[in-house]
Amino acid sequence: MSRTFTEAAIAGIGATEFSKESGRSELQLAAECSLAACEDAGVNPADIDGMITFTIDNSDEITLARCLGVKDLAYTARIPGGGAAAAATIFQAMALVNAGVCKNVLVWRAMNERSQYRFGQNPTQGQMSYSAGNGTGSLLWCVPFGAMTPASWGALQTSRYLHTYGVSSRDLGQLAVQQRLYASTNPKAWFYGKPITIEDHQNSKWIQEPWLRLLDCCQESDGGQALLITSLERAKDLKQKPVKITGACQSIPYNVEVISNFYHDDLTIMPEAWGVAKRLYAQTGMKPSDMQAAMLYEAFSPHALMQLEAFGFCGKGEAKDFIKSGEIAIDGSLPINTHGGLLGEAYIHGMNSMAEGVRQVRGTSVNPITKRKVENVLVSSGIAGAILSAV
Amino acid sequence: MTEPTEAAPAAPAAPKPTRIAPIITTDAKSFWDAADREEFVGQKCGDCGKFTFPPRPMCPHCHSLNRVELQLSGYGTVHSYTIPRHPHPFGFKEAPIVAVIQLDEGIRFVSNVVGIAPDEVKMDMKVEVTFEPTMNKHKVPVFRPRSAK
Repeated sequence: MSRTFTEAAIAGIGATEFSKESGRSELQLAAECSLAACEDAGVNPADIDGMITFTIDNSDEITLARCLGVKDLAYTARIPGGGAAAAATIFQAMALVNAGVCKNVLVWRAMNERSQYRFGQNPTQGQMSYSAGNGTGSLLWCVPFGAMTPASWGALQTSRYLHTYGVSSRDLGQLAVQQRLYASTNPKAWFYGKPITIEDHQNSKWIQEPWLRLLDCCQESDGGQALLITSLERAKDLKQKPVKITGACQSIPYNVEVISNFYHDDLTIMPEAWGVAKRLYAQTGMKPSDMQAAMLYEAFSPHALMQLEAFGFCGKGEAKDFIKSGEIAIDGSLPINTHGGLLGEAYIHGMNSMAEGVRQVRGTSVNPITKRKVENVLVSSGIAGAILSAV
Repeated sequence: MTEPTEAAPAAPAAPKPTRIAPIITTDAKSFWDAADREEFVGQKCGDCGKFTFPPRPMCPHCHSLNRVELQLSGYGTVHSYTIPRHPHPFGFKEAPIVAVIQLDEGIRFVSNVVGIAPDEVKMDMKVEVTFEPTMNKHKVPVFRPRSAK
C-alpha cells in the first residue's frame, strides 16, 4: 500500500447478542464480535493491521490479536472519553487508511457492563481514584458532593439547557417513546416488542430530579460491537455494499470535558458537538439537509436534543418541537437512532449506534428509511462524528 | 491517657461524618488544604492575573507557572442543579442538592446547596460558601442561601 491519500470505507460490522448477562468473558465478547465483523466483510482476521478501542475497554489488544491470529499488527491506539470515543474510532481508522499506513483496521468495544460492573451505580471504594485517559475529572470534583454517577453529571451538564428553553420531562419523553418504538421492532434490542407510552415515561421514577427519569437513561448492557475499516477501493471487492467514510473528525474545544462538562462558557450548548458539526461540514462540503438519518449518542435523552441543535437540524431550543412534530420518526425529515438507540437497543458504549448508521446506508436496517434514498447518515458521539455515505 | 471522670461526664459524641473525603491530587492539594482550614481559595495566575478552575500547574492564557492561591469571595449563584434520587448517593442520609455554582470570580465549582429543602432550590439563586466535614477529617466547601446583609 503506497502512502498516498486513500479513501476509507466500513466494510464489515459484527456484534454479539446484547443482554444483561453474557455468561462469558469480555475478551470472548471482543473476539466474537471482531470475528463477526471480519466475516461480514469477507476479510481474513489474520490480515488486520490496525486495532483501535476505548481507553476503558478491558480487553488487551495483544491478547485479542492472539485470539484472532493477527499476523502483523502495524498500529494500535485507545481513545479517551468513555462513549465519546465511539465515532472517534471511525475517525482514527479512517485517518490511518487515508494516510496509507493501514489496510484493515479493526475497531471494537466489548463489555459486561451489567453483569460484571454497572456504570449506573455508585463507584466502589476501589474506583474512588483518579486515572488519566478516562476522559473525565468528575470523580475528583463531584464525588464528595454526592454526584457519583454519569446520570448525576449528565443532569448537571444539561439542566441549564432544559431550564433555559423550557424543555419539560414530557418533552424528553417524546424522544424515549420514539426510540422505544424503533426498538420494539428490532429483534436485537433488549426492549424488542416493548414499546412505551408517554405515560409510562412520566410514571418512571426519578433518577435525577427534576430532570431525568429512568426512561431517559441509557441501559446497562453486556455485549460487543466491532467494525472493520478498509480502503474504499478494496471494500468494493468485498462481500458487502461498501459504506464510504466521507468525512470524520473530533472536536474538543477549550474547557470541555466528557459528561462532567460544566466549565465551558455556555451550558445551553454542547460546544464539542458544535465543533464536530463545523469541522465535518467544512471537511465534506455537506449541510444538514444532505443527511437522511442520524445516530446521535444518547447516554441521557437531553444529549440527543442538544446534538440535533448542534448539527443544525433545527435551531437552538427547537429540538423539543422538532421531535414533537414527528421529524425523527421513520417517515420524518431526520429519523434518528432507528435501532432504538442506547435507550432501546443496548448500551454498547455507542458502538451499536455506529453499526446502525452502516445498516441504514446499506439498506439493511430492521427499520429502513423508505421515504427517501439514503445517501448520507451522520453518526455522532458528541466529541466525534462521521458522515457515512452510499457509493 | 485521660479517662472521663464522674464529675465531668462526656458530652454526647458528634455523629461521625459519612461524606466521602475529597480525592486529592498534587495539583489540587493547596485547594483542599485550605478547605480543611475553612478557607475557600481560588487559583489566579501570578503574572496575567486570570482565574482558572480546576487548579492546574500552568496558566492557559500566558503559560506562567507562577500560581497564586487567594481567598475567594465565597459568593455565587446556582447555575445548574440536580437531586440524585437513584442510586442513593453513598455517604448521604438524605439525597443532597448537587449544584454547579457560578462564582462571582467567574469560575464554576460543583458543590452542594445546604440548609434548604430540595424543592426550594432555584436556578440563579444567590448562595454563599460554608463548610461541611467529611470522612478522614477533611472539610469541603458547600453553599447555603446567601444571607441578607
